[in-house]
Amino acid sequence: MPASAETRRKPFVRDILGRSDFAIIGELVEPDSRVLDLGCGEGELLQWLAENKHVEGRGIEIDGPKVQRAIARGVSVYQGDIDEGLSGFPDASFDYIILSQTLQETRRPLAVLQEMLRVGRHAIVAFPNFGHWSVRLAMLWHGRAPRTKCFPHDWYNSPNIHFLTIRDFETLARGQGWTVDRKIFTSGQRVGTFLANLMAETAVFLVRR
Amino acid sequence: MIAETRTACFESLTLDCGETLAPVEVAYETYGQLNAARSNAICICHALTGDAHAAGISHADGKPGWWDSMIGPGKAFDTDKYFVVCSNVLGGCRGTTGPSSPNAATGKPYALAFPVITIPDMVRLQRMLIERLGIERLLAVTGGSMGGMQALQWAAAYPEAVVSAIPIATTARHSAQQIAFNEVGRQAIMADLDWNDGNYYDSNPPARGLAVARMVGHITYMSDESMREKFGRRLRDKETFGFDFSVDFEVESYLRYRGTQFVSRFDANSYLYITKAMDYFDLANGTGSLANAFRSGNTRFLAISFTSDWLYPSYQLVEVVQALRSMNRDVAYCELPSNYGHDAFLVDVGEQTEVVRGFLAATFKARA
Repeated sequence: MPASAETRRKPFVRDILGRSDFAIIGELVEPDSRVLDLGCGEGELLQWLAENKHVEGRGIEIDGPKVQRAIARGVSVYQGDIDEGLSGFPDASFDYIILSQTLQETRRPLAVLQEMLRVGRHAIVAFPNFGHWSVRLAMLWHGRAPRTKCFPHDWYNSPNIHFLTIRDFETLARGQGWTVDRKIFTSGQRVGTFLANLMAETAVFLVRR
Repeated sequence: MIAETRTACFESLTLDCGETLAPVEVAYETYGQLNAARSNAICICHALTGDAHAAGISHADGKPGWWDSMIGPGKAFDTDKYFVVCSNVLGGCRGTTGPSSPNAATGKPYALAFPVITIPDMVRLQRMLIERLGIERLLAVTGGSMGGMQALQWAAAYPEAVVSAIPIATTARHSAQQIAFNEVGRQAIMADLDWNDGNYYDSNPPARGLAVARMVGHITYMSDESMREKFGRRLRDKETFGFDFSVDFEVESYLRYRGTQFVSRFDANSYLYITKAMDYFDLANGTGSLANAFRSGNTRFLAISFTSDWLYPSYQLVEVVQALRSMNRDVAYCELPSNYGHDAFLVDVGEQTEVVRGFLAATFKARA
């Protein structure tokens, strides 16, 4: 990636608030834009974006105590379910819709993605890669539903209900005719696109319709 | 914090029904200091039977305000930071002009000659008071139940004057169930022979009818769970049933006490007028849709409902929030867990305090 004057001045951000996906999202979002964060938790990312990029942010979160803490920190969060939560928003009312580490937890991932691309000009989707070698190895070796760093839950109490790999997402994007503007892969640190589906623990896609 | 109720007087007020009231008095209290920029004012709107005495200890009778848990130094509406105003609503009986006030034309109380009032009328009068106090824009307008209706009306009618609105346990329009409970209350009052078509100011007030109205009200303010916890089936001062119609159960004793206590501080005609105003309220009215009511302005919203509130269930505020979202408005919403039913916004204020405090601080920082 060519280092512009600006990126040379700024130190490389490995993580924001302890999360590498936040750092990448922070990099993808343009300043002064309107952002909707789905499954925004306690609103840490939205608060960071507001303070550092002057973003006008909103969030949706289903967990009551998290919503309360988000509002208490000054972030406009709506308590609700993202599987149905976007229907009320007008078309293209946000510049970015963020779905970070939650796609695999939604009941209807395709419907959620389509809604994101209706309501937002861009979608930023970050998800744990089920194609990572540790997952493949765990499955092959133990013959059990994989439990790895990125998928730490037992099958019976996992919030994850739709597992996907980087290749799965790219196939879906192609099939739906979406444009992928950026894709960034990490495994502790950033990794290249070569063998990403094997080497990356997390993927972040910047997509538009 | 000692609080004193003051009165502001206005020449006249034109009402939605077409009539004009003249003159009009408003009872109000203020807490904290208005800052130099006049950007820290918060308007508190009370519910059906509330009054201007929202916080502090009353200079007159030593009683704490009805929302003293939320308003004061270091509390959610922090009077060290904000200037807080609360006034008695139009049609009330606690200092603001209402059916028990003297009619200038006759020198006697208005009684049923008092014109029918609406929530927008109440807010129009509040706005006159706020302007009289030298405030152009409110940092926030808030209230629970009917107070929340007023907060929504403020934001819809005067968006340029409202930086943020915090409607709590409320709705943009009464459902059939809510109208039904109000009608039972009104019928209880009007069925009392002492009511005498509203003309009771120089004789006995319809105490039994008003007490029954209050009893019904209290049931709707609690929840099945809170009543079970508070009373269960416990008997009042007896070991066995009395086998008569005197008080057997604790809950009967409580309702009777609440009913009779209410009669000493509230006017039956005010109860009729104010409940009617609540039933008439519909923010969508005249604009086609609820979303349309919020088509202009950039007021921020924080909407709060409670899990066990079956009188103003969460879906009603969610409807408001959906309308705001469809207009791309800045809105936060949370449903707080509580067993206290509709009363939660008055008595279960721990989590409510945290969200309100944070929301106000962010609003003040960004917009004031």
